Amino acid sequence: MEFSELIRTGQAQAELLRGPEMPPLRGTLCVTGHHLLLSPGPQATPDLWLLLLRSVDSIEKRVAGDAGTITLRCKDLRVLQLDIEGVEATLDIARSIEALSSLESVITSFPFFYRPKGLRLGEAWHFHPPERYYKRIARETRAWRLSEANEDFSLCPSYPRAVIVPRAVDDDALARSARFRQGGRFPVLSYYHAPRGTVLLRSSQPLTGPQKLRCAEDEELLRAVLAEARPGARGFIVDTRSAQAAKQARMTGGGTEAKAAYPGWKRLHRPLERGRPLQESFVRLMEACGDPEQSMDRWLSRLDGCRWLSHVKEALSTACLAAQGMEWEGACILVHGAEGTDSTLLVTSLAQLILDPLSRTMAGFQELIEREWIQHEAPIFLLFLDCVWQLGRQFPLSLEFGEGMLLALFDHSYASPFGTFLCNSEKERCLCEVRTRTHSLWSGLNQPKEQRKLRNPLYVPNPLAIWPSVEPQSLRLWQGLFLRWTHPPEPSEVAWEKVWQIATDQKTEGSQPTDSASEPQP
Amino acid sequence: MEHIRTTKVEQVKLLDRFSTSNKSLTGTLYLTATHLLFIDSHQKETWILHHHIALVEKLALTTSGCPLVIQCKNFRTVHFIVPRERDCHDIYNSLLQLSKQAKYEDLYAFSYNPKQNDSERLRGWQLVDLAEEYKRMGVPNSNWQLSDANRDYKAAICRCSQPLSGFSARCLEDEHLLQAISKANPANRYMYVMDTRPRLNAMANRAAGKGYENEDNYSNIRFQFVGIENIHVMRSSLQKLLEVNGTKGLSVSDFYSGLENAGWLRHIKAVMDAAIFLAKAIMVENASVLVHCSDGWDRTSQVCSLGSLLLDPYYRTIRGFMVLIEKDWISFGHKYSERCGHLDGDPKEVSPVFTQFLECVWHLTEQFPQAFEFNEAFLLQIHEHIHSCQFGNFIGNCQKEREELKLKEKTYSLWPFLLDDQEKYFNPLYSSTSQKLAVLEPNTVSFNFKFWRNMYHQFDRTLHPRQSVFNIIMNMNEQNKQLQKDVKDLESQIKQHKNKQTDGVLTKELLNSVRPESPALKTSLCLKEQTLLPVNDALRTIEGSNPADNRYSEYADEFSKAEPAVVSSEYGVARMTC
Repeated sequence: MEFSELIRTGQAQAELLRGPEMPPLRGTLCVTGHHLLLSPGPQATPDLWLLLLRSVDSIEKRVAGDAGTITLRCKDLRVLQLDIEGVEATLDIARSIEALSSLESVITSFPFFYRPKGLRLGEAWHFHPPERYYKRIARETRAWRLSEANEDFSLCPSYPRAVIVPRAVDDDALARSARFRQGGRFPVLSYYHAPRGTVLLRSSQPLTGPQKLRCAEDEELLRAVLAEARPGARGFIVDTRSAQAAKQARMTGGGTEAKAAYPGWKRLHRPLERGRPLQESFVRLMEACGDPEQSMDRWLSRLDGCRWLSHVKEALSTACLAAQGMEWEGACILVHGAEGTDSTLLVTSLAQLILDPLSRTMAGFQELIEREWIQHEAPIFLLFLDCVWQLGRQFPLSLEFGEGMLLALFDHSYASPFGTFLCNSEKERCLCEVRTRTHSLWSGLNQPKEQRKLRNPLYVPNPLAIWPSVEPQSLRLWQGLFLRWTHPPEPSEVAWEKVWQIATDQKTEGSQPTDSASEPQP
Repeated sequence: MEHIRTTKVEQVKLLDRFSTSNKSLTGTLYLTATHLLFIDSHQKETWILHHHIALVEKLALTTSGCPLVIQCKNFRTVHFIVPRERDCHDIYNSLLQLSKQAKYEDLYAFSYNPKQNDSERLRGWQLVDLAEEYKRMGVPNSNWQLSDANRDYKAAICRCSQPLSGFSARCLEDEHLLQAISKANPANRYMYVMDTRPRLNAMANRAAGKGYENEDNYSNIRFQFVGIENIHVMRSSLQKLLEVNGTKGLSVSDFYSGLENAGWLRHIKAVMDAAIFLAKAIMVENASVLVHCSDGWDRTSQVCSLGSLLLDPYYRTIRGFMVLIEKDWISFGHKYSERCGHLDGDPKEVSPVFTQFLECVWHLTEQFPQAFEFNEAFLLQIHEHIHSCQFGNFIGNCQKEREELKLKEKTYSLWPFLLDDQEKYFNPLYSSTSQKLAVLEPNTVSFNFKFWRNMYHQFDRTLHPRQSVFNIIMNMNEQNKQLQKDVKDLESQIKQHKNKQTDGVLTKELLNSVRPESPALKTSLCLKEQTLLPVNDALRTIEGSNPADNRYSEYADEFSKAEPAVVSSEYGVARMTC
């Protein structure tokens, strides 16, 4: 397919409005295969404005007289308005954007064409994250092994080739367990909590169905988990659905673990919202955040009505519950909902951030995302980022990365020149050769020039678990994200610069005496 | 002491306010002439000043004992269980007496003795001097004799009470005074008259022979209502707010619908909007503004003081803020004793007007993190002391009453004590030179108003962020300064050595010891040292009057261990990690 077939027009004169606090840009507008470009002429700053077409969420066009207006709603929550000269030009540009922004094909996406200076292909890809992680675990315990039963993705298309499983369970048993779990997502290790020798597992729901089927190998797998943790160890299955929803899932072939079949394991239901209701919650929050004129009462009522912060609270509470189980009860935890691909990952990744100091470092956090998250473009990933932001607010010294990192992850998860967030499974990524034909987001973010934006200048390694407060008074709306485009920039950015200065660079302080030691003495 | 029957009760339980599983600490309760003291089994002390007590309640007897609930004006709420009803009853009765004094002379300030002699005390009172302040503002000048003006502008902020106009009354002298005010401003012949009340309230006042200025009777005035509600609305709004945030196991939804119903943030926004209107009239139009409400000591004080704060950076310094409170609140007759309920008086006169002012200032510090020399702890400490009656500043209802009470002879001023401790109240991000921050233009979109957790939950440790950014920045700043000083000292030593013609080897050694590492490495060293220190005064150290209270000391694992069968979902409590 040629992009040129989809591009209806060469160029047009247009004015771009980017929100209340940014000056409008006038210039020549054109559409390329991946971008919308506006060139305001050589004297202007910036001399080129670029928008990745993949980041366009929806487009509205209006024409009147001999001009038209295109409104673009972007996935990063921005709303852009283009006033274009000429009705035909407007319609052509709108059609081109519509066609190009909705392209499904992965391999024609921009990351496959993006070749920035200074970066080498294949760099900074965390090849085989499970293998790297297994090395860490193997230093602590012999109870777990790395299985390549999924080498050809036949057990589970959404798992990586290698997974970490109890040493006592062989690959045949894994295959049977996989057949008993939705999408083949059998219980695998997500995190080994070395201080207590307990583990966090994740899976999808068991396919018990209306006949209450059982699977001996699946039961054996979970029995082995407890046996290898310590004699008499207990386990908790954190089901991210309500008890009723889990029961109802039997009608469609799913279900939940029967108590009698899994001795030592106890089920806890912690319903978490996902999918459509979560999307709606997000949309309603964004609508509320888009209206600076509303009264205080209206704003509070909408903040309440959208329920987004309730979801934050529930997600953090459930993660705390899982973490508490491991740290305080010495128990093993298995987390799953239905498919085990959204709220499950939310809980397992947050629990790790709470317990594991390494996951709070820049490198550890990147590895955590690589290991846990397969599906990024969903409000569930945003919910995860919001929860991490709340952790960072309550423990401002304990995360090596700052708000800038979370914002960057949010932006790149929706539309990115990098390949890290392409595809929905390891299998797809391999098919598309993402790792060899695109650049890793981490190589982009780990460049020295990005660090000031992404790092937390106040970071101090904290070896302890970080238990957040989940009371409503302790949670806050993430203004840096939700009000990013509607609310004029605050002087707080200047203040943040000052924090950086104090933390890292005392030499630039104005009060510094001129005869500082760094200058050679005469 | 005649009110105290029981001075010590053992085996008292202090319940965790937000624990749904009735977690508690056991300890001993002591009753002194000024404080209620609880010492738990970890020797942690909780001091409650009698004057801080807003409400004492004895609840119905339970199997574990008699519950005693104490709500304080500084938003502390404690829930004790006293084993014997007899003891509970005695303490309850004593507290009822001790928390509501009938006479000013029985307030703590008249017995508080920080071991200073008379001249020290007097110097303390002279520390903040209004005559000096008017001189600083540049009045009296040729245009102004007495009143209140702003240093940088010809325009002025003036204040008064409502006119007694009724439906048709006029007062020529009043009209002339206003004309004189507007004439005193050479830059703009027009002046604004701001009535801070909602229009409806002002109209209702006309029926009682009061009301507002008729634009036709006064030349060159522009009249404006700004709609701040009265003290009764504010009192019940705060009451609703406290009911919501005191709920155990509060859901996010109940919290936000409760915030909305309480209307508190709406009122805060109204006060802020009025102050912005005032500042803009002066800044943009160069017009003088006369501000009044009904009596001119509540809403008017809020609006004038906030307006001054927006316009004049001096008031955003530690000392300037004290001056501002002296000028716009104390000397203009804000009725602290009635509004704070210092004495056993009319509960309808109690209202959180000053608390609202402090909250508006806090919102400004949130929006302009570099514009204020002081931090949040400073605001909380002042709030603590408007109720503590430990210092004389806030006792009485007007200047006249204060002079009659001979406060300057019999009590101490708060300000020197705050200044002695000022390093605790410094904002490390403060930038005194930033021109951009000369006049503050806050944005009052609804998004910007947040629940002030550190005020309304200042004693509910479990709800706070677990680590304090301010502390670490403060520490780093100090480290940086210390390092700079070391560098200077060592350099001067080097110079001395050079002068003494010492050989170069020694100089080199010294130089090496001066700059051992790169700046980055240096910082990481500071960080490591600093974080090992216990963060003790994250917010405040003075509790009531007693610095012995270590609310911020080591705070170990109170995390409730769940029953074997159920994992508790309660995460209110966590451990301190630094």
